[in-house]
Amino acid sequence: MTLETLSNARGVSGNEAAVRDLILDAVREQIDEHTVDALGNLICLKRARPEGAGGEKPLRVMVAAHMDEIGLIVTGINNDGSLSFDKVGGIDDRVLLSKQVLVGDKAVPGVIGYAPIHLIPASERNKAPDMSKAVIDIGAANKGAAEGLVNVGDYVTFHATYQQLDSERLRTARGKAFDDRAGCAVLVELLQGEHPVDLYAAFTAQEEVGLRGAQVAAYRINPDVAIALEGTICDDLPKEEDDDSSPVTQLGQGPAITFMDRSFIADRRLVDLLIHTAEENDIPYQFKQAVSGGTDAGAMHLAREGVPSIALAVPSRYIHAPVSLLSLNDFDHTVQLVRAALSALQGGLPS
Amino acid sequence: MIESTELLRKLSQASGVTGYEDEVRQLVHEAWEPLADEIRTDTLGNLIAIKRGAGDAPRPTIMLAAHMDEIGLIVSAIEGDFLRFSTVGGVDLRTIVGQEVNVHGTESLPGIVATRPPHILTAQERSRVIPLEKLFIDVGLPEETLRQHVQVGDLITMRRDLISLAGEFVAGKAIDDRAGVVSLTVCLDMLRGMRHTWDVYAVATTQEEIGLRGATVSAYGLTPDIGIAVDVGFGKQQGVSDSKIIDMDAGPAIAMGPNVHPKMHERLVATGKQHELKYQTEVIAGRSGTDGWAMQVSRQGIPTAVLSIPLRYMHTTVETICTRDIDRTGRLMALFITGLDEAFGEELGIEKGADA
Repeated sequence: MTLETLSNARGVSGNEAAVRDLILDAVREQIDEHTVDALGNLICLKRARPEGAGGEKPLRVMVAAHMDEIGLIVTGINNDGSLSFDKVGGIDDRVLLSKQVLVGDKAVPGVIGYAPIHLIPASERNKAPDMSKAVIDIGAANKGAAEGLVNVGDYVTFHATYQQLDSERLRTARGKAFDDRAGCAVLVELLQGEHPVDLYAAFTAQEEVGLRGAQVAAYRINPDVAIALEGTICDDLPKEEDDDSSPVTQLGQGPAITFMDRSFIADRRLVDLLIHTAEENDIPYQFKQAVSGGTDAGAMHLAREGVPSIALAVPSRYIHAPVSLLSLNDFDHTVQLVRAALSALQGGLPS
Repeated sequence: MIESTELLRKLSQASGVTGYEDEVRQLVHEAWEPLADEIRTDTLGNLIAIKRGAGDAPRPTIMLAAHMDEIGLIVSAIEGDFLRFSTVGGVDLRTIVGQEVNVHGTESLPGIVATRPPHILTAQERSRVIPLEKLFIDVGLPEETLRQHVQVGDLITMRRDLISLAGEFVAGKAIDDRAGVVSLTVCLDMLRGMRHTWDVYAVATTQEEIGLRGATVSAYGLTPDIGIAVDVGFGKQQGVSDSKIIDMDAGPAIAMGPNVHPKMHERLVATGKQHELKYQTEVIAGRSGTDGWAMQVSRQGIPTAVLSIPLRYMHTTVETICTRDIDRTGRLMALFITGLDEAFGEELGIEKGADA
């Protein structure tokens, strides 16, 4: 299972089945048990190995990555054959215009059009477009023709294709939905190896609309420790001199350890464990330098009576836009760091 | 028969930012070579195909023009791992964030027009169009490698495959005005099996988007007796007043207004009626913004007509067109040309020609 396959797969929040099927096919041979729960989470158990490695009662570690991506949903079919839509998850309206999209399970191609600049009064040209007035155009001549192709409630994804850009140093790649297919791909990689803990790999649903899959998955798993794997904000564009806002993370500087975001405060023991593990193993790392965004850790740390939790992320530029960009070096280092951390967790959390 | 959708796909996906139309010109040359008696390129890069008429020399001439250049971007500075850029032609900044692009450096480098994640922007920031000075292109290369491959002045095109929608609609970039070029090709192809007495100059023009410059010099150079410019027009779509638009899948719009010679308009409409073609009319109250605007005032003046192929979402990467309208435009021009005779020349006061 490659990042490429996962990035190209389509699965907006609430409709993760296609992504889930791909992942299950890729990990089925590597896991001991799996279940798909009521929200569509795929929960895989890989017991501690070699047998007895984790002691009599191995630590139960939940590692979560969300399968869902931000997207759109068809809310109406207009008389002229165009489709009204709403956003699913946090999207900046300004990235929607002039994009290709795929509608519904049959992936009907469409485009998001808007009034041409020539026909807009000069006074409005500097205003962000009003997306309530934008539509998806699938080329249907009228409502009847559109109804033959799509339905109200169909999910809509951006159309972007994975491509590796720099093959030497940064090893950059661009593609759709690295938030959080990057995390999913890391987790799939982890399931290929052996770990001295009971690894509950949770491929979660509906993160983008409120961490909903992780909430019920964590309740079911009832883990001792939880780790959320993410593709997180990387805003390292050049800034004006008087702009001292944080880039949050920087591309190529290693996995980003989150000590706090809008959804949770990380367990300090886990922060220290990740830092020590990275330093011992010469794995580059960085901190997520701003308290922004939320992760599945926000839901997991509040499960039942509370779970020590942390989030670790592959820095990804342009998340929540049609095409994102990451460094495969960061990706590989994330796999290495989580793998080493799972080993370090043998015998339990340090006090 | 010309496969107009396939030709449009090739032309739309090719790169030809204003002033740098070479790649497109090469493709048009290949398409026109078998259809013309003579083909050449002029000083500004206009591609001119000549198809001679059956009348006695010297024959009257008609020039058909459609522009092959597209709006685009150009590298203005390298800043760290990122590129700053300027626009070439009327690029709508609202539509380029998050777009995939090709940066034409030492090789074609795939890139992205960078966006900032919504998580860290304020509502106020999200309500404004991002100004050019805050936009960057990211090709995913570290600065040192980037500088080896890209320099200031390199061109940038939108990377967008032509996609097929329902009902013979297609969407992509630079359909403005590669669709016009395809309609000229359809016309030339039809004329092979028809008798026409006038000479036909088909011109794929350059530099239309920054001021009709290719048409200006090619019309001067060719000195045609009459001319037709084919460009795209604003097709009916959501969010635009019905009074400003033409219908999709309803044939070319034959324009009326100061840019159009009334008799040219009349004859085109008559041709459409006679052959029961699908066409519509539109009013362009002043500057048409097409090659026809330059053609009309070339030398001592040329009777000119303007045909608009209906197109949605102009100057974006999702320009949407019905390919039937492209074929209809080519057919209308071919039938108009076969109907050109001495009487029409006299009506327009054309002095040279077979019996002048």
